[in-house]
Amino acid sequence: MTSATSPRTTSTQDTPSGDNPTPDATSWDTARLTGQSRSLRTGAVGGRVRRGAGRGRPRLFTSYAADSALLDTPAKRWWTLAVVLLALIVPFWLTRDLTHLLSVTLVMAISGIGLNLLTGYAGQISLGHPFFMAVGAYTGAVVSGVPGSIVIGWELDLSLALLLSAIVPGIIGLVVAPLATRVRGLYLAVLTLGLLMLGEQVFKQWAAVTGGSGVGRAGAVPVLFGNDLTGTYAVGPLLIAPHVSLYLVCLVLLVVLAVAARNLARSRSGRAFAAVRDRDIAAEIMGVNLLRTKTLAFVLSSAYAGVAGCLYAILIGRVAPEQWNILMAISLLAIVVIGGVSTITGTLIGAAFVVLLPRVLEWVAPWLPFVSTGSGGLITIFQLQSMLFGALIVLFLILEPRGLFGLWHRVRTYFTAWPFSY
Amino acid sequence: MGTVATALISGLGDGAVYALIAVSFVVIFRATGVLNFAQPGLLILGTYFTSVLAVDRGLPFWVAVVLAVLVVAVISVGIERVAIRPMVGRPIFATALVTVGLFTILLVLAFRLFAARARTINDPWQLDQTCLIQGDPVCSVVLSHSDAGKIAVTAVVLTALGLWLSRSRVGLAMRATALDQEAAMAQGINVGRMFSLAWAVGGGLAALGGVLLAANGSVVQANDALFALVALPALILGGIDSFRGAVIGGLAIGLLSGLVRAYQPIHAPWLGPNFENVAPYLVMILVLLIRPYGLFGTKEVQRV
Repeated sequence: MTSATSPRTTSTQDTPSGDNPTPDATSWDTARLTGQSRSLRTGAVGGRVRRGAGRGRPRLFTSYAADSALLDTPAKRWWTLAVVLLALIVPFWLTRDLTHLLSVTLVMAISGIGLNLLTGYAGQISLGHPFFMAVGAYTGAVVSGVPGSIVIGWELDLSLALLLSAIVPGIIGLVVAPLATRVRGLYLAVLTLGLLMLGEQVFKQWAAVTGGSGVGRAGAVPVLFGNDLTGTYAVGPLLIAPHVSLYLVCLVLLVVLAVAARNLARSRSGRAFAAVRDRDIAAEIMGVNLLRTKTLAFVLSSAYAGVAGCLYAILIGRVAPEQWNILMAISLLAIVVIGGVSTITGTLIGAAFVVLLPRVLEWVAPWLPFVSTGSGGLITIFQLQSMLFGALIVLFLILEPRGLFGLWHRVRTYFTAWPFSY
Repeated sequence: MGTVATALISGLGDGAVYALIAVSFVVIFRATGVLNFAQPGLLILGTYFTSVLAVDRGLPFWVAVVLAVLVVAVISVGIERVAIRPMVGRPIFATALVTVGLFTILLVLAFRLFAARARTINDPWQLDQTCLIQGDPVCSVVLSHSDAGKIAVTAVVLTALGLWLSRSRVGLAMRATALDQEAAMAQGINVGRMFSLAWAVGGGLAALGGVLLAANGSVVQANDALFALVALPALILGGIDSFRGAVIGGLAIGLLSGLVRAYQPIHAPWLGPNFENVAPYLVMILVLLIRPYGLFGTKEVQRV
């Protein structure tokens, strides 16, 4: 998708070739070799192609900008539009609990994108992602939550809470990052696990913020820009119920953050992430600043997790310190791995898969003879669901390392290349 | 004085078990390069099978333990063949994630097998204690038999393992595999069989560790599997690929948590209950800051 060597281009290449003043050839070459060039000119033709040439050939790119565009084929543009429109209207004809479930999906997708930036793109294994979600959740709860008998809350606006729930975990990520840059690979995985354990202890003890062990506290109160989202609003003919408005807030945030993440992945920093993931010493020799890249990955990932945590606490209603445990870390890893490592679209699919799977299993359980709803029988729904998680992680990693996105990619390639299967 | 000694003895008992579990991680890591996060699942299965054989079937304790260790070793070999062997040559990150998936499966299996009940194992030590130094009103230094048993069993098993690795032909082959798989293969060593063997030993050690953890007269439930994670700081502290590091790390973590358990509630109650489960991670993080590859771990030679 992204080219590893070419710098981003400006629009100069789109001008007809005749108008270009030909620059001095030698200065051009040095400029390109040193990576100083702001534009890339590919020979005398410049890049202008007949308008009709691309018709029926969706993958014919006539400029570098088109080749590295966010949505590079018409099909992608139309599908993205369709999916976003569908996502906008879907809560108006779904039941309340399904909308709620979709909101949780969106939130887990935000968190999953954060983890994917760190683990998928930059290759730093982290089992401590729920810790940063928790920090975001409690930041949000303190900033715009209601004060209780022991817990503190400032009752400020949700926009401020969301902002701070990105900044505070980001700062903690910044503090942790130097540790993470010293320690590599599996040592890092265990180190982040330690972060999770230490965090749980702190959250259990710091009752003024978290409500204490086993009790927990409510998330932030959703008052966004002065509008209380717990009330029903009428916009024209539409009635927006509280759960719908929360869903829409999550959706907008997800779209913004997902596009930001994809743009980051296409940028200089994103390529640095990939270089560090593939071989960090080689990347360093090529001039990638290892410390800065890993720190950026950690900070961004923590900030994403924080926003997701704040929204998660609002949606779930009440969060206890025990909830941010290793099982949640595994679920998040499952989202990344099952969806597709280092793809944003894959993370969205993965989040939908992981969050909606229990509900789907509930629907099909009556037809599965070995599943029981009580304590008897061979296996309960909950156990089947956890087991499927584990099995899917194992199966995907062995059979299709690119995850659900890879499966979708295969299907797409099959139709694009039809009738030639290779 | 008496409190310190008692805390140290019980810490040493726990530390012996941590050392055993940490060594089980190291055996697998050395041979196959996999940090096996599924080890807690194997540990709890070992405890479960011991409980079934010893309590439900009424076998003698040590026979039940040996049988359970063998069963878990077989399961472990099966896991290696089915899930780990296809991952040869893939990034360590991916393989570690596979074991995380296996961890989930084994944990559910354990919950299913335990069926939300707490079980016991017919351990030979129960809650028996010996008074080492008699204090004035009560006993001053207490040695519980289970701690002595843990230390003794660990010492015997680890010594046997060390001798086997250093003296036997198979041990030599295993060390060769750990050193360089391709060179070992070129010398006619069946590397696949060594992988299976390492997983069998690792799984068996984990099962034994589970049995020893449970062998203090208390009840066991599926959630106890997570105790195996306490061995992770011990492992990282010592260095992921060092047997000596695993043993020393395990003992150090055991002593540390013993002391913390004895003194932290009195001197630093604000750190909260169960702080002894967290303290090892704190120490691990501090050590990693100074030595990123643990105390005895091999410093990775990095080249492009």
